Amino acid sequence: MSPGASADWLAGPAGSAVAILALALVTYLCRASGVVLMSRVRLTPRVERALRALPGSIVVATALPTGLSAGLPGLAGLAAAAAVMALTRFELAAVAAGLATVALGRALGL
Amino acid sequence: MTSTAAPFTRAGILRGVRLSLPIWPSIAVFGAAYGAAAAQRGLSLAEATAMSAFVYAGASQMVTLEVWGRPWTLSALLAAMTVTALINARMILMGATIQPWMRGSPPWRTALSLFVLVDASWLIGVRHRAEGGNDLGVLVGAGAGLWPLWVLSTAGGHFAGALVSEPRVYALDMIMPVFFAAMLAPLWRGVRPALPWLVSGAVALVVQHVVPGYGFIAAGALAGLVTGALVDDGAAR
Repeated sequence: MSPGASADWLAGPAGSAVAILALALVTYLCRASGVVLMSRVRLTPRVERALRALPGSIVVATALPTGLSAGLPGLAGLAAAAAVMALTRFELAAVAAGLATVALGRALGL
Repeated sequence: MTSTAAPFTRAGILRGVRLSLPIWPSIAVFGAAYGAAAAQRGLSLAEATAMSAFVYAGASQMVTLEVWGRPWTLSALLAAMTVTALINARMILMGATIQPWMRGSPPWRTALSLFVLVDASWLIGVRHRAEGGNDLGVLVGAGAGLWPLWVLSTAGGHFAGALVSEPRVYALDMIMPVFFAAMLAPLWRGVRPALPWLVSGAVALVVQHVVPGYGFIAAGALAGLVTGALVDDGAAR
């Protein structure tokens, strides 16, 4: 199948609907495959330890590079959010502090 | 290790909704930002809200706008699917972390529950479990409660498109990383269990600079997973 010619129907009104369903399917497969995969793994102490390390690892791997690519304001925002959360345990305050820090840093041209 | 399934109660569902309330404003703002960005990119109201309703994964929806087909071709579709899979690959790992919790539950309920698995509900569920809870209703309630909010705020943002034309000024592009950073505090269990996080962050940064795209999230998280398997975290279990 050559991408352009054989898929002319994608360019029509149905194209977006097909695309949205395809993206929904890809996302659902991501949601489900970890669960299916793990149901075939025996829960040894080593596996449990690895799974315990995973949530924080996902959080850091997602937030740190994205924050750093936003420069100094980004990094300061992440630090502010983590600090406020540690002190107050209130998500809204933490997110507000983080975003306010980023916005302020950008307004100051840092 | 018990062989009985974790409970799934109405009280748990309500608790999940309640635990998600503090982040409703951020999700609504993020949803509105998505709707506004989608409008600027030329998506119709129906397309934007359908994306939020069926895909229900903010970061990947946002980035998919960059490769949205006008008109759609097979190669544009494949590009969009690849970007979506890469950004949502973290959900594979999230699923792995909650699978032991779902062991023994009816498969149909697990399948439905997974449709509403999002970053926020996963974090709320993980936290609930770390604090000794075991009710799967909390995980599902948090995700299901956020769904109508996400869809409605997308529609609202699409209408209000022009209002949020400068999301960077209000730092709205940073909502997801900021929210994730905030979630580190409740997950903190001391320095030793955090060693894999450090490895994860270092690997993610390196991969981000070497490999273009969004593979860095999965690469970092996998490095953390392996570190966790290899290094004793000192937990008394």
